[in-house]
Amino acid sequence: MQKSLKMDPNKCTGCLQCEMACAYEHHHTFTISRSRIKVFGFEDEGRKVPYTCTQCDEAWCLHACPVEAIVLDPATGAKKVLEDLCVGCKVCTIACPFGTVNYVAATGKVQKCDLCDGGEPACAGACPTGAITYVDADWTGLDRMRRWAGRTDNNPAAV
Amino acid sequence: MRHVIIGAGPAGVTAAETLRGADPAGSVTLIEGEGEIPYARMAIPYLLAGKIQETGLRIRPREDHYARLGIDVVHGRVRAVDPAASSVTLEDGRILAYDRLLVATGSRPSLQRIPGIDLPGVHTCWTLADARDLLRKAPPGTRVVQMGAGFVGCIIMQGLVSLRVDLTILVRSGRMVSRMMNPASSAMIRSWCESRGVKIRVETLPESISQEDGHLGVHLPGGEVLPADLYLCLVGVKPAVGFLEGTGVEVGSGIRVDARMATSVPGIFAAGDVAESVDVVTGERSVNAIQPNAVEQGRIAALGMAGRQAASRGTLPFNVLDTLGLKSSSFGAWQGLPGGDSVEVSDPERYRYLKLEFLGDRLVGANAVGRTDHLGALRGLIEGKVRLGPWKERLRRNPALLMEAYLACALKA
Ligand SMILES: Cc1cc2nc3c(=O)[nH]c(=O)nc-3n(C[C@H](O)[C@H](O)[C@H](O)COP(=O)(O)OP(=O)(O)OC[C@H]3O[C@@H](n4cnc5c(N)ncnc54)[C@H](O)[C@@H]3O)c2cc1C
Ligand code: SF4
Repeated sequence: MQKSLKMDPNKCTGCLQCEMACAYEHHHTFTISRSRIKVFGFEDEGRKVPYTCTQCDEAWCLHACPVEAIVLDPATGAKKVLEDLCVGCKVCTIACPFGTVNYVAATGKVQKCDLCDGGEPACAGACPTGAITYVDADWTGLDRMRRWAGRTDNNPAAV
Repeated sequence: MRHVIIGAGPAGVTAAETLRGADPAGSVTLIEGEGEIPYARMAIPYLLAGKIQETGLRIRPREDHYARLGIDVVHGRVRAVDPAASSVTLEDGRILAYDRLLVATGSRPSLQRIPGIDLPGVHTCWTLADARDLLRKAPPGTRVVQMGAGFVGCIIMQGLVSLRVDLTILVRSGRMVSRMMNPASSAMIRSWCESRGVKIRVETLPESISQEDGHLGVHLPGGEVLPADLYLCLVGVKPAVGFLEGTGVEVGSGIRVDARMATSVPGIFAAGDVAESVDVVTGERSVNAIQPNAVEQGRIAALGMAGRQAASRGTLPFNVLDTLGLKSSSFGAWQGLPGGDSVEVSDPERYRYLKLEFLGDRLVGANAVGRTDHLGALRGLIEGKVRLGPWKERLRRNPALLMEAYLACALKA
């Protein structure tokens, strides 16, 4: 069975080990602005929410790309950017309704989570509290996002 | 079932692939009208800029992609469609019979109707052949007068600047990308481009073009003549529907389609830049000439052609533009809706701008300049019609919190 990243904000302390691990894995730098996973802070509630691509089944980014520079990795289920083909048009960054494909000015191309090409993703390996784990994917796509969100959001007002 | 698709852009290619899966027993014929391996127009600017080779424009990199899927690619231009005979006639006289027909012919550039528009130095830039032509005729230093600074004009400008031509841009209206960006953000784009050496003249529309000794003269009202080697006419496009005359297929600003992408004539569907469909935010009919819409509508049309149930929830306009390094984007009803309200943060000196348009506690549109991170969440919030609840006030205080708003509101929906 394919695995997916599971993010549990209730366990996240905001230490940013995941962001550093991601930036190091892909760019050999600890500059967290290069990370593909990001921890968002909710100051009003004092919450931290780690978030990245969930490799959704809709694959909006992949379908939006004009030159097939985003492809499905059949082994992991990840949607991966092929930098050689990417022209840097950024259409995928605005087509992804989850906001998880981002433009990198330094390369003129885009980046997104690729699940580190197999094995345990670096963010999950680096997370000291188990807020990010790499588990069997027994649910899919948006459903997965919804369950994740439903479990974690304790802001009752947005109906 | 015989499926015939006219047009091998992103809408036609996606439809052909979808049909292969949805109707494996049927035949799929894809009519390609430019003698090319199917390519994406929107990669043309990167060819001009020298970032990619011609193969980099292909919608599918592998040349044998279509043969491998059993899609029959026919090169030729369609001259006429006969719904009574269920057939398509090509310009060379070939006739193809169909059971289901998809029109995915996109648009063609409109030309100004002024004297001299047919001179050899006058060009447009819509097809790969146009781009090749331009690359041949515009060595560094070429004096190019470009008429038009809409989205396509601006993105071609980026390519021309990398060709190091001497560029002057004429804008008929008072501002650039006027159908994508509001006045404040459009003014930033203009000042950015001017500060990088592009000459821009607004409210300027030439009266005629002349030619002498191989050089062009662009005649402006009032008598001024701009010398040029090339005149690039990028004033807009029209749907490519000429061959449908007499078919009864209803055409407004594009071919009118319903949520299944069916036209007014049974058996004939339309998708992409050529189609006029319903805007998911405003409910109004319009042509949404963007790549992701072409792909989505191509897919829905193909499912309908195969007899499956598939319907569009409406189309959302959204676009991102890079003008000489300045990134701007627009989503949905960026002009705002009646009865709605908005919040704006603007820092012209740093070329940063964000405006969010609301209706009640939902986001309906946005314009952004100078930021690229997590912008997709704007699509998610607008298209998902996500209720913001208390997050609307938080966004009004700090619009930059949009990703946080998205996480809190959309993902719990
Ligand atoms: C320079 C440029 C930059 C762009 N940048 C962006 C961008 O950044 N983001 C974005 O979202 N969109 C962008 N676009 C728009 C995008 O390219 C279009 O929305 C998209 O190509 C529409 O796809 P389509 O399949 O509907 O039509 P097209 O891609 O136009 O394909 C139509 C096909 O039909 C063929 N055809 C037409 N008439 C006939 C006929 N009579 N017989 C046979 N074949 C025919 C044509 O040859 C063509 O192959 C850009 C466009 C251009 C030109
Ligand atoms: S930025 Fe690259 S990956 Fe994204 S749509 Fe454009 S070409 Fe494809």
